[in-house]
Parts: sequence; C-alpha cells; structure tokens
Amino acid sequence: MLTGGVSTIEGAGGGGIVPWALIGSYATRNQIGASAFVTGVDTQDFTLASYGGAVSFYNRLELSVARQNFNLRDVGAAIGLGNRYTISQTVIGAKLRLFGDAVLDQDTILPQFAVGVQYKINDDKTVVGGALGLKRKGVDIYASATKIVLSQSLLLNATVRLTKANQYGILGFGGLGGKDQAYKAQFEGSAAVLLTRKLAIGGEFRTKSNRLEGALGGTSFREENAYDFFVAYAPTRNISITAAYARLGQIALARQNGAYVSLQLGF
Amino acid sequence: MLKTTLSLALLLGASTAAYAQENLAPNYNVAEPAVSDPSIKPTAPTVPVITDDEHLYETFGGREGLTALMDDAMARWLQNPKTRPFFEAADQTKIKALLVEQFCVIMHGPCTYSGRTMAEAHRGMNVKEGNFYGLVEELQVAMNKRHIPFRAQNRLIAALAPMHRDIIDK
Repeated sequence: MLTGGVSTIEGAGGGGIVPWALIGSYATRNQIGASAFVTGVDTQDFTLASYGGAVSFYNRLELSVARQNFNLRDVGAAIGLGNRYTISQTVIGAKLRLFGDAVLDQDTILPQFAVGVQYKINDDKTVVGGALGLKRKGVDIYASATKIVLSQSLLLNATVRLTKANQYGILGFGGLGGKDQAYKAQFEGSAAVLLTRKLAIGGEFRTKSNRLEGALGGTSFREENAYDFFVAYAPTRNISITAAYARLGQIALARQNGAYVSLQLGF
Repeated sequence: MLKTTLSLALLLGASTAAYAQENLAPNYNVAEPAVSDPSIKPTAPTVPVITDDEHLYETFGGREGLTALMDDAMARWLQNPKTRPFFEAADQTKIKALLVEQFCVIMHGPCTYSGRTMAEAHRGMNVKEGNFYGLVEELQVAMNKRHIPFRAQNRLIAALAPMHRDIIDK
C-alpha cells in the first residue's frame, strides 16, 4: 500500500505538490482504476481548497482533473476585492508511463519514467486577467522519474517541469504586459521512507519561476521555492490521509507556511 | 536555466542510481536450479542470496519461523480470491516446503533449494499482475502477524520482486 502515491494539489498522482512517474491508484496492467481527493492548505494569509479525481488505465495512462479555490481571506478586503475573495482554476492533466516499474523492478537502477501535461485554466478575469492583465491559460509539461528502493524502504522522485505559471497558475501565466512568456524549466524532488505497510513520511521541494517580482511595487509579488514535510497514512487499501507542513515561500507580500491535509479514496 | 535544471536532475538521477546500485541485492552465488526444458530462459534468479550473514534469516525465526510463516501465508492465499485458484488444487504441503527452502537460501540460511526455477514452476499458469500483488500482500500480512520488522520484510520482497518477469503472464 501507498506505493501508488497520493493525489497532488494539481490532480496528478504523486506526493502533495510534486507529480511522480507512478500511475495513480492500485490498478494493474490489466485494470482500470479511479481515485478522488480533497485537499486543504491553510497558511497565515490564504486558504487553498483543491478537489478532483483521476482515472488510470492499465498502469499506463492517468487522466486527472482538479479544481483549485484560492481564498484571499482578509487580504482580499485589504486590496479592495472584498473579504474572502477567491481565485479559482481548473487543471486537466494527462500522464503517460513510458517505461520501468518502480515497484517490481527491484534488481535494476532503472526508475519508472513518465511524461505528463497539465492544462490550467484560471477563471479570474477581475484580477489575473483584468487588473494584472496576465494570461489565464497555460500548459505545463513535465517528466518524472520515480524509484522505490524496497530493500531500503525508500521512495525517490525527480521531476523536471516546463512552465509559464505564476504560483501554480493561481496568478496566471507569463509576465506582465505580455513579456516573459517563454517556458522555464523547474526542478521538483521527493523522498519518502516507508515505515510500515500503511505509513510513510517524507519531504518534497519544488522550484518556481519568479516573473512577477517588481510588478506593482518592489518585492510584493516575489515567488519563491516551495517545500513540504509529510506523513501519509493508508488505514485501508482504499483510503489514504496525508498531513503536511508546507513552506510555500512568498505569495503576495509574505512567506506562507501552514498545514496541508488531504484525503484520497482509490478504487 | 533549462541546462542548469536538467544537469541538476541528471546529477540527482546519477547519485540516486549509484546509491541504489550499492543497495541492490548483491548475489552471493548459490547455483540456480537446472532447467529441464532448454526453451525456458529464466530472466531473474530463483535463489538470489541477498546477504552474507545469517542475521536476516534469524530475524525471520530460522527454519521454524519460516515454516510457521508459510503455514499462515498459505492459509491466506487459499482464502484470497486473487490467489486461491493457483493453490487450491496444488500440493500445498510441497509448495510450502519449497518456499521455506527458497526463502531460507535467499537469506543465507543453511538450506538447499530442491525446487525448479520460478520460470519453469509458473509456466502456463497465466498469473496476472493482480494475482502476483495479491500473493505479496497476503505474505506481508503474514509477516506482520509474526512481528517481522518492516525493513526485514522489504529486503525479502525486494529479492522476490524481480521474479515477476518469470511469473506474470507466463
């Protein structure tokens, strides 16, 4: 159990914020599987609620969708948008396993390798599309390599992502005024220790581009790398609960640290 | 930026690979069973010895512990619909005895494996990946019941996992 990973905030199977090469759910090469998740991230200034699901086909293809609601809480009122102003986006994802089996191939160093895309559609025409004049749609492309070193009870993952997104797409895509529109490569990593069949602990990090710093007054829109430390628990084969401490770096004015809780059901 | 990130990824990949290689099951070379039919080409060893001391074997309780483990595991395989069809009509006593020998040899215990290669033993059985995982999961439950530490369990399962190439869809 837990060898299929959990659902990231963007819907793809992986850790909390990093997609892995694993195809979500426990479906084998002969089966179709499905999963659903709900995740909440609560920092001192903001709340992110994300929910969605994925369908996986024959341990080969994973199709996912996630809906993210980013609540500005008091900050919304402070900048004249009204209390609890929320920016929402939808992430539609596809991931294809190219080769390798992270679990079964324990006699080779070859990891499981997958490529994926995430099409992100930000709904916010007032701030993101309006006041900031940013693009509201973008496509992320990523490649992930994941290995479970079972003899050491370890899971290791490395992901490279080409993206134009600001803060996962919550603040749109590319720079202000149509500038800085090129893809930039970001690096994401995860490591986890399997403690029991039902329990794993680990950490993740994710580099982010910084296209909006300088916009609208100095450092207020600086974007920084994100980290988390998680505990994942699967009381049964179909349920997993992940709790994490997330350090998301600066998001609008202040560094955001907080709690991450996620529930996933898999079939 | 792209180049830096890619080389960082490759560097991490390479160090991960080096780390994994050091920790992959080394083989202390026990002779593999002979294959009676030359058309069978095993792709993974049946008795990959993974340690040069008897600590792991003792963690499993030696021959007595392995015998009790296989008694429990077989009872579970006969209960689980994913594994039952492969065992209910088989000579369960013989399979248990051979698995005790196989696990004993893999963990550097004082045993000799008298069975066939995994490739030959599973030929024509049409074991699916779901059946294979079902067997491993019941084995894990049985090991938990015997309070075998999780890390020791994983060392054994890591040695057995590559056998999937000789077992699944054969």
